[in-house]
Amino acid sequence: MSWLALIKPGDWLLILLGTTLVGASFPLFWQGGLADRAIVRQNGQVFAEVDLRSRRQLEVPGPLGPTLIAIEPGRARVLSDPGPRQYCVRQGWLMRPGEIAICAPNRVSVQITGRTKVYDSISY
Amino acid sequence: MTQSVIELTVTDQDRRIAWLATAAVALSLVDAAIPSPLPGVKPGLANIVTLVVLARYGWATAVWVSGLRVLAGSLLLGYFLAPGFFLSLTGTLFSLATLGLARHLPARWFGPVSLSILAAFAHIGGQLVLARLWLIPHDGVFLLTPVFALAALVFGTINGLIAAKLLSDTPPPPEPDHA
Repeated sequence: MSWLALIKPGDWLLILLGTTLVGASFPLFWQGGLADRAIVRQNGQVFAEVDLRSRRQLEVPGPLGPTLIAIEPGRARVLSDPGPRQYCVRQGWLMRPGEIAICAPNRVSVQITGRTKVYDSISY
Repeated sequence: MTQSVIELTVTDQDRRIAWLATAAVALSLVDAAIPSPLPGVKPGLANIVTLVVLARYGWATAVWVSGLRVLAGSLLLGYFLAPGFFLSLTGTLFSLATLGLARHLPARWFGPVSLSILAAFAHIGGQLVLARLWLIPHDGVFLLTPVFALAALVFGTINGLIAAKLLSDTPPPPEPDHA
């Protein structure tokens, strides 16, 4: 008995549906491409734009003191921050385009960008 | 010898479940031996047993066999009560629930391949939900969804085909009188 005879019409339908869903899920989940650059802002102004291919550390001065940012190939994070709640430090590594860590008390932010721009929200 | 207080009577159904669970455990060991490029991407060969049991002996037996397989397999491979155990258990529960619903699909149109694909998707879906809620509470977990979904589709289809082949090659055993 041939293997193909074991697949019933509904099975074909489901395989087709599954293939479509899987095919659609790739661009859906992987939009924006790979993390390319990190944009470090201080007080709303771009402090540095770093290529995410190098490995380095950045010290950004703010009103509370220096915020330390680590850059590694493909990812970036806030290493330390003088802010009281440490949200941006606890966020850990940022590696997807559009991801951002904001150290609001010290007015420092790190944002990851890819080749294509990803919107975190769209308003009309 | 003192008489035992508790008498366990072993029915044919118990023996059948034990045998089938043994086969499923053996297949999970084979599964674990196959190298995988990514944790979580596994052929899931033991699900072939679940599918055959579901078709032959019904959903309740399939639940028993799968449950015992998860328990015994984790003990043998040494991850009992480790995160992997709960991932495995969640995946199995999700796919069993899905199979419980999907087995009512008209058999004329939907065979073991359909059941296998649906169960595989439910399996990985359940695991992703548990991983997101408990192990890695960050949406980054879902980044791997396309890869897992592709694996579920491919392996689900293959396992379903093998189950269908097994079911078509061997006629159903004669039902025991007392069953």
